[in-house]
Amino acid sequence: MGYFQNIKDTITTIFEGMAITASHFVRKPYTVQYPDRIDIRIQDTLPFRYRGLLDVDLEICTGCLACERACPIDCIVIDADKNKKTKEMVLKRFDIDLAKCMYCGLCSEPCPTGSIHHTPEFEGADYSLESLVRRYVKAPIPAYKPIKGPETDPEVAPILSRGLKYLDEFATPGDSK
Amino acid sequence: MRKFADSLLNGGIFDGMPIELGYVLVVAFFAFVLLNFIMLVAGVTSWLERRVWGRIQSRIGPNRVGPQGTIQWLADGLKNIMKEDIIPEEADAPLFKIAPYLAMMGFFATFAVIPFGDGLVVADLDVGLLYITAVTALVVVGVLMAGWASNNKWALLGGIRSAAQIISYEIPAGLGVITVVLFTGSLSMQSIIRAQGWEPWNWFMFDNPFLFVAFFLFFVSALAEGNRTPFDLPEAESELVAGAFTEYSGLRNLLFFLVEWGNLYVIGALCATMFLGGWQIPPVTENPFLLGLLQFITFFAKSYFIVFVAMWIRGTLPRVRVDQLMTLCWKYLTPIAFVNLLGAMIWFIVFPHGFLPMRIAMVLIGGGIFLYFLSRVMFHLRRAKPEMHLSPLA
Repeated sequence: MGYFQNIKDTITTIFEGMAITASHFVRKPYTVQYPDRIDIRIQDTLPFRYRGLLDVDLEICTGCLACERACPIDCIVIDADKNKKTKEMVLKRFDIDLAKCMYCGLCSEPCPTGSIHHTPEFEGADYSLESLVRRYVKAPIPAYKPIKGPETDPEVAPILSRGLKYLDEFATPGDSK
Repeated sequence: MRKFADSLLNGGIFDGMPIELGYVLVVAFFAFVLLNFIMLVAGVTSWLERRVWGRIQSRIGPNRVGPQGTIQWLADGLKNIMKEDIIPEEADAPLFKIAPYLAMMGFFATFAVIPFGDGLVVADLDVGLLYITAVTALVVVGVLMAGWASNNKWALLGGIRSAAQIISYEIPAGLGVITVVLFTGSLSMQSIIRAQGWEPWNWFMFDNPFLFVAFFLFFVSALAEGNRTPFDLPEAESELVAGAFTEYSGLRNLLFFLVEWGNLYVIGALCATMFLGGWQIPPVTENPFLLGLLQFITFFAKSYFIVFVAMWIRGTLPRVRVDQLMTLCWKYLTPIAFVNLLGAMIWFIVFPHGFLPMRIAMVLIGGGIFLYFLSRVMFHLRRAKPEMHLSPLA
């Protein structure tokens, strides 16, 4: 009876398969029509910990060079000198070569203030390699000096709290939302 | 068409011209019109097919070129025309060049007898169905020639598969056709349609259980003959790159695709002619122009519904293996077709003028199957609880 059973199976299974695909005709497509036909930018839908292009908040960079040492492919170059008179750290150069960066996140883990961090931006395409080198320090500026207790400078405080929040979530991935 | 040509020659625009030249001009004119019609149909089909698959796979499909991507096919065609026409060094150049035109001829010739309306047919041959069965086999010559001339093992395998497949499936397809011919007593496309009516119970599909089975036998065999999924073994991309068309590029490749999508429409037109009542419409108007238009629309809608089902099947079923393909043809379709033909003969002897209660019952059974199908669709929708998007646009 295998012969007729085969015919019956063929007809019933194709019938059922056609019913399933027919039900897909009225389902909503999952396609996200990146980049132009979307309601909100994709970057805004990405999680806080998304490892996109690197960015630096120079206001809270202490110039400790932890990120430069952590980077396994040396895409971060920092020149920081101690000012002899005021004993302050001065940042002379802070370059990140995004063409080299492999988005491992090792630089943002040791950062004490969360200054260097990944952003949800990912559209880094450019026409030349040189323009992918982000030079954050235009002229020498003093590095951030941590103080005891909460930050009092109203301009720096929100940046610092954001950086510390980032650091918290980055260091303890299990607790993040 | 003959009448139309005569009217043009006697008193029409070709009056006074040598009669042979006049006929050649008329034939050339019809060929031109039909070729453009086919290009349009095949092009739109290629776009629609991608949209249909898209929705089946929860995607959208091409929707950028023109409104809803409707002229995507034009962009694809232009791209292919502008591409370089590469002929491999080791290929048999003359055969390689001529192969797509042979395949094209094989399917284009069928359009000569496809009846779009009461008088809307290029040539109502007395042996119309036989003619179609004969000229569609010319496609296999083109595909086999393409496979051989490419001097490429994948192409050759694809060509040979195509030949084996088309020749095997001619038999169940032919038996399905014969079942219809049994009831009309004529091979002419127009008389087959005239033997049916506009009501569904006067269609041959619902005439009796044997013709109902014959419809599915013919449809499956025609899909296989047209190298459609699930029988697209000649160009199985997972095994043979692109089968017989591997070495083709540019316009010649485009012609093979034109044949594929054009053949799809031929399958639809044949099913509509033989089983779905063709251009038959209720007697609503006396105006011959309006009547012709309505008939054309009816025929086109019926044949395009079959094309849609073929797309739907392509989005549903996986490709069969070569041995499964042959098993299906020789162990299942051919014996069933013979038994079916025998049953149809007995039915014809018992009820030579048809049997109305059976027709009504067949229509009801068909409606019942359709309702059960809808209930299954609703079952799957209820179980998955998806976000709905009823509009075909996106």
